[in-house]
Amino acid sequence: MIFYHICRAKLYFLNSKQVFSMYVSGKRAFVLIIVLFALSSSAFASGGKATVDTGATAWMLTSTALVLLMVPGLAMFYGGLVRSKNVMGTIMHSYVAMGIISVLWVIAGYGLCFGKSILGGWCGWNPDYFFLKGIDNNILDAGVPEYVFSMFQSKFAIITPALIAGAFAERVSFKAYCIFIAIWSLLVYDPLCHWVWASDGFIYNLGAKGAIDFAGGTVVHISAGVSGLVAALYLGSRRGHPFQVIRPNNLVITMLGAGLLWVGWFGFNAGSSISSGLGTAQALAATQVAAATGSITWVIIEGLHQGKATALGFASGILAGLVAVTPAAGVVQPYGAMCLGMAASGICYLAIMTKNKLGYDDSLDAFGIHGVGGIAGAILLTFFIRHSWMTEASALSPGWNLWKQLGIQAAAVGIAIAYSAMVTLALVYAVDKIFGFKSSETDEMAGLDRSYHGERAYGMLNPS
Amino acid sequence: MKLITAIIRETQLDKVREALIAAEITRITVSRVSGHGQQRVEEIHRGQRVVPDLIPKIKIEIAVNDAFVDITIFTILKSARTSELEGNLGDGKIFITPLEECIRIRTGERGGSAI
Repeated sequence: MIFYHICRAKLYFLNSKQVFSMYVSGKRAFVLIIVLFALSSSAFASGGKATVDTGATAWMLTSTALVLLMVPGLAMFYGGLVRSKNVMGTIMHSYVAMGIISVLWVIAGYGLCFGKSILGGWCGWNPDYFFLKGIDNNILDAGVPEYVFSMFQSKFAIITPALIAGAFAERVSFKAYCIFIAIWSLLVYDPLCHWVWASDGFIYNLGAKGAIDFAGGTVVHISAGVSGLVAALYLGSRRGHPFQVIRPNNLVITMLGAGLLWVGWFGFNAGSSISSGLGTAQALAATQVAAATGSITWVIIEGLHQGKATALGFASGILAGLVAVTPAAGVVQPYGAMCLGMAASGICYLAIMTKNKLGYDDSLDAFGIHGVGGIAGAILLTFFIRHSWMTEASALSPGWNLWKQLGIQAAAVGIAIAYSAMVTLALVYAVDKIFGFKSSETDEMAGLDRSYHGERAYGMLNPS
Repeated sequence: MKLITAIIRETQLDKVREALIAAEITRITVSRVSGHGQQRVEEIHRGQRVVPDLIPKIKIEIAVNDAFVDITIFTILKSARTSELEGNLGDGKIFITPLEECIRIRTGERGGSAI
């Protein structure tokens, strides 16, 4: 900052071009000092004992990119479903998560998730993970550099709060949303992730071989869905809901988004094996089968119920299937994935019908698909676990059976629901009281694009 | 019969529609238009302030029988103003033109009953 002020002091004597270059060089020096400061303390970084498995690393790098691709995918999916005055605001809800959560992840998120348990196991911490400064030379036992693992995991932390935005689309202040997702990520996502995926997390160690959550059924989808529901109920409906018809502005970009999500999900699920081998292949196959079954099931149900097969229904079915197979991808065979995809579409369809009856405004069905689909997947997967997994589990704990595992799954789901609902309620309340979470009526009528971004998505399309 | 054409702000469309529906005026045509008025707005593109020469507006067209002219005008005036008392530059205009004929395509009937 000192450099910056020196530059500012000289401004009076320079022409505008010089001023600009001084300003830039001041900023550069400032950034450099921060970088040097951060590097100076990382000299003790531990040397790697394991060697790099290039195959696994190559696939994990690819997966990392694929999962990141899901965030623009989600932006497109949600962006197409809102009215044309809210497109940029809705897209920004996903994009801004890429910025905020990535930075938070490097500073503290990775440590809170994957450090050693502290505070009685509520979260993790490891001083080496602060600014990722101590993992510079680390290679995990899986043969993957720790940077790759950390960046891969950060994508999950990014997409989870972005999913919540679907529940309260078209009616929240941008500033309050940014503050909400930053704190939500630290208080809800990071602890849950620690419990479920860190080797000393308590849900990871429940029962014989732990609660099964292969790629984030509880951590990502249930937590986001339930939090979305709580926030939507607290904030209330959009103006005019449900009497005014609110139509999607562009289903083409919604379909594009659904396609990107399907493609990205291969990184999400198959990448979660943190290897490039048999487990990866099993997860990949299950993912494809569940998405396909989910999509056609939804279209068939809709065809029988409403008489028409909508494209949005097909896209919703893809998502329902993918969400349900997310916790299960590592343990089910294609037959099981098929059953999960089918069941998820049916259950999510019912959930959305019920929502319409109850009349609450979960605008883009973040709970209806991610919450309900995640719960269905995490519970039902128990009935389709492949034989070899059960054999291993009963070797670890004699007499382990399906019903005992079902209890563990239900416990994990229950904990995820209860924890995310409680913390989200407190957080939404606090953010709303301090910053005003819900848009004012004027801002909501004008649209998020105009009120918070000063932009418009399209030139001259249909009104509303 | 009159044709009432109202040019209003985009932001007021919801309010105007709700007010018209509440006043039982439900047959309207809405389009996006742009134009010059007295209003001046600034937008920001990559940190630079620009003043677009054409401002987006909404045009509402309503064909009404003479008895409904006053209530329609009153409703639009009340709902299209951005502040209760005097309104602001850019709130728009209402034009009223005589309507020679109105024909319902489905039945071919003409005049006031076709509106």
